Amino acid sequence: MKRILILLLLFTSSLMYAQNKNEKASMEVDGVCGMCKARIEKACLNTKGVKYAQWNVDTHELKLIYDARKTDVKTIQAKVLDVGHDVVNVKKATDEAYNLVHPCCKYRNESVKESHEGE
Amino acid sequence: MKCLINMLLLPALIFSQEKITGTIHDAANKNEGLVGANVYWANTNVGSITDIDGRFSISYKTEYKKLIISHVGYKTDTLNIKNSNSITHGLQPTEDLDEVTVTSRKQTTAKSFFKAENVITVSSKELLKAACCNLSESFETNPSIDVNFADAVTGTRQIKMLGLTSPYILIATENIPSIRGASQAYGLSFIPGTWVESIQISKGAGSVVNGYESIAGQINTELVKPSTDNTLFVNLYGASSERLELNTHVNSKVSNRWHTGLYLHGNSHNKKHDVNNDGFLDMPLFNQINLMNRWQYTDTKNGFVSFVNLKFLNDEKQTGELNFDPENDKFTTNLWGSEINTRRYEVSTKFGYVNAEIPWQSLGVQTAYSNHKQTSYFGLNQYNITHNSLYANAIYNSIISDSRHKIKTGLSYTHDFYNEFVNTITYRRIENSVGAFFEYNYNNLELLNLTAGIRIDHHNLLGTFITPRMHIRYSPWRKSAFRASVGRGKRSANIFAENQQLFSTSRQINITNTGGEIYGLDPEIAWNYGVSYLQGFNLFGKKADITLDYYKTDFKNQVVVDWENSQAINFYNLNGKSFANSFQAEFNYSAFKYFDLRLAYKFYDVKTDYNTGRLEKPLTPRNRFFANVSYEILTKKENKEHWKFDATYNWLSSQRFASTLNNAIENQLPIRTPVVATLNAQITKVFSSKFEVYLGGENITNVRQPNPILGTDDPFGANFDTTFVYGPIFGSLFYTGLRFKLQ
Repeated sequence: MKRILILLLLFTSSLMYAQNKNEKASMEVDGVCGMCKARIEKACLNTKGVKYAQWNVDTHELKLIYDARKTDVKTIQAKVLDVGHDVVNVKKATDEAYNLVHPCCKYRNESVKESHEGE
Repeated sequence: MKCLINMLLLPALIFSQEKITGTIHDAANKNEGLVGANVYWANTNVGSITDIDGRFSISYKTEYKKLIISHVGYKTDTLNIKNSNSITHGLQPTEDLDEVTVTSRKQTTAKSFFKAENVITVSSKELLKAACCNLSESFETNPSIDVNFADAVTGTRQIKMLGLTSPYILIATENIPSIRGASQAYGLSFIPGTWVESIQISKGAGSVVNGYESIAGQINTELVKPSTDNTLFVNLYGASSERLELNTHVNSKVSNRWHTGLYLHGNSHNKKHDVNNDGFLDMPLFNQINLMNRWQYTDTKNGFVSFVNLKFLNDEKQTGELNFDPENDKFTTNLWGSEINTRRYEVSTKFGYVNAEIPWQSLGVQTAYSNHKQTSYFGLNQYNITHNSLYANAIYNSIISDSRHKIKTGLSYTHDFYNEFVNTITYRRIENSVGAFFEYNYNNLELLNLTAGIRIDHHNLLGTFITPRMHIRYSPWRKSAFRASVGRGKRSANIFAENQQLFSTSRQINITNTGGEIYGLDPEIAWNYGVSYLQGFNLFGKKADITLDYYKTDFKNQVVVDWENSQAINFYNLNGKSFANSFQAEFNYSAFKYFDLRLAYKFYDVKTDYNTGRLEKPLTPRNRFFANVSYEILTKKENKEHWKFDATYNWLSSQRFASTLNNAIENQLPIRTPVVATLNAQITKVFSSKFEVYLGGENITNVRQPNPILGTDDPFGANFDTTFVYGPIFGSLFYTGLRFKLQ
C-alpha cells in the first residue's frame, strides 16, 4: 500500500510539472568568439537540468531549454557569471571571474573585439 | 497654434532619452554622407547605423564616453564625447580598401576544426575555379581527390581517394547514395557542375548513417535548392574541341510554402579529333540531355521541409576509329567502334521534421527509386546493364540528457535488381538489405568531439554483419585538431560495371572463383584507419593552415582486378594482402588580400598480392605534387565588378604499367610511365552580380601521351588495348563561357 502511494505521488508530481520539462529562456550574454561560445554553453550545460544551450556569436543571444523541475534561470545565469560573462541588463560578472577568461576573449576590451571582427 | 505644438512636443521631449545626432561622411568629400556606417558606444550594446544621407541618432548617457564609428573600407575612429552636441565626422578610407571584406571572406574550401570527422567542404565558388563541366571535373582544384586522365575510349574521368578508385567511395547526392551499381563508371558525368551547391568530402571510414559500403571515404553533393537558387540562371560553355554545353535553371515560388525549380543541362560534341594520328578519336562524340525538376516545401513555423525530385537523363556516346559508321560497321571487323547509350529515370523524396519546441529532435525520411539502362558495344564486345534500385532511409535525431550527447538512429532498406548481358552470358541478381544504425556523438564543446557508430545489416547475398565506425577529434590548443578514425566497410563488387574499360581491349575475361554469391566472387571487406592533424596559424599576419594526414586501408577480402596478363583480365578473391597507404601534406595560405595559395604533396603506397606476386597497383603515381593559386582584383566597388584568376598545377611521378610482356615486341610498354605535369588556368571577369564571362585553358603546356592505344594497326587482334592511359590524350584545350543570373 505504501509503495502504491509513493508511486501515485511520483506520478501526480510528474504530471504537475510535465509542462515544465522543456522550459525555454533567452537572454543576452556578452562575449566575442568561438571560445566564449564554448565557455558559455558549457557553463549552462554543466548546470544540472539544462538540456540545450546555444549562444550566437553575432547576436549574443543565449537560448536555453531546461527542465524547470531541476533548475531555474537564476541558477543558470549564476553559472554564466561565474565563468566571467556578463548577462546583459541583469548582472555583470565579477572582475575576478572576468579576469579568468582567456586573453583573446576579453570582450570588454575594444581592441579584442576588433581583432575578432570578420571571423 | 504654436502653443499647441509646444504642448504636444514637450512631454515627448521630457520622456525621450537624451540623444546625440550627427552625420558621418567621407573625409575627402564633406557632401558625401556615408550610408551604413556603424555608430556605437564602446563597451555597450548601444548602437546605430547611418541612413542614406549619413545621418544617425544614438541615445546618450553621461557615462558614455567613447563613440566608435566604423564602416567597411574606412578606418575605424573612436571619438571622445563630452556632451550631447551634434557630431559631424569624416572617415578616412583605408589604404587597403577592402581589408575588412578580405578578412571576412569565406574560404571557398573549408576544413572543419570542430567536427569529429575529417570533412572538407567545397563551396560552389570553389567549383567555379574550373568552369567545366560536371561533377568528375569539380575535383580538379582539390588535392584530396585525384581525377584520372580521361580514358582513351569513353573520355570519362574516374576519381580516386586515398589511392582507391571510386567504387570504394560512397558517393551520395543529398545523402542518398547515387553513384553506385550501373552508374559507377559514368555517373559522375551525369551530374552537371552548375547543379552543385556544395560538396562535402569526408576522408576515411565516414558515418554509418549512409550505409556500410564506403571504405575510402564519402562524398556528398548538395544540389541547388529552388528556394535559394537564382530565379534564372543561364550558363553557356564552348571549348576549342567544339564541345558545347548549356545549363539553365528556372526557379519560382509557387505559393508561400512551395518552390519549384526546373534545371536543364545539355552537352554535345560532334567534331572528330585525332591529334596523335593513331586513327582513333581522341575523345568520343557525345550528346547528353539531363533534366531535373525539384519541388520544395518549407514550413518553418512547424518545422517541415520536404523535397521531391524528378530526374531524366539520356546520354549517347560514340567512339572508336575515325571513319567508324555505326550503321554499316557495328559488330563487323571493318572498323573498330563503340557506342554507349544510357537512359536513367530517378525519383527521390526527402521529408524532414524538426520539432520547433525542442530543436534537438528531428526526423528525416528519404526515399529514392532509379531505373538505369545502358546498352553498349565496344568493337565485338557487347555489354548491357539494367539496374533498378530502391532506397529508403529514416533517421531520428535526439539527445541524451543534454545537447553535448547527441544520438542518431534509424533504419534503412535497399533493393537492387541487376540484369547484365556480357557478350554471350546473362547475369541477373537481386540484392536486398535491411539495416539499423545507431550513432552517438559526444562534444564537450572545446577539446573533444567523438562519434561512434554501429550498424547491423541483413543482406541476402552478403549475410548478416556489423559495421562499426568511430571518429575522434581532440584539440589541445587553439586552432588545432588531431583526428583519428577507424571503420569497416563491406560491398559487392560490380566487376563489369566498374571496369568497363576492359571491353575496349582484346582481353579474355576470366572469373577464377566460383564459390561466391556475386559472379562467383566473395564480397569485399576492408578496414580503414586514419590519423590527421590540422593546425591553423598566422603567417606574417595572414591566415594559414597546414594539414597532415595518413590513412591506411587494409583489405580482408578484395575482388582483385588483375591486368597483369595483357591478353586477359582476371577477377579473383584476394589471396594474401592488399592495402592502400596514403600520406598527404597540405598547406593553405592567404598571402595577401584576395590571394590564396594551396600546396599539397601526396604519397601513395598501394599494393596487392596478385597471383603473380605482390605488385604496386597499376597507374597509381607514388608521389603527387599539387599547387593552386587564386587571385581576385576588384575594379569597381559599387557593382562588384572584378577579375578572378585561377591556376592549378599537378605533377605526377611515374606510374607502373601492368605487364605487357605477352604482347608482340612492338606493343610492349616500359615498366613505368614517364612523369606527367599539367597546368590549368582560368580567368573570369565578373561584370556585375548578374553577368560574368570566363576563359580558360586545360593542359596549357600541351602535354600529351603519344600512343595511348596499343595495337591500333589491328584493333581486332590480340594486342589491342585502350587501358594504358597515364596522361592527357588530346593536348591543350581552351574554353570560354558566360553566366547570367537573375536573383
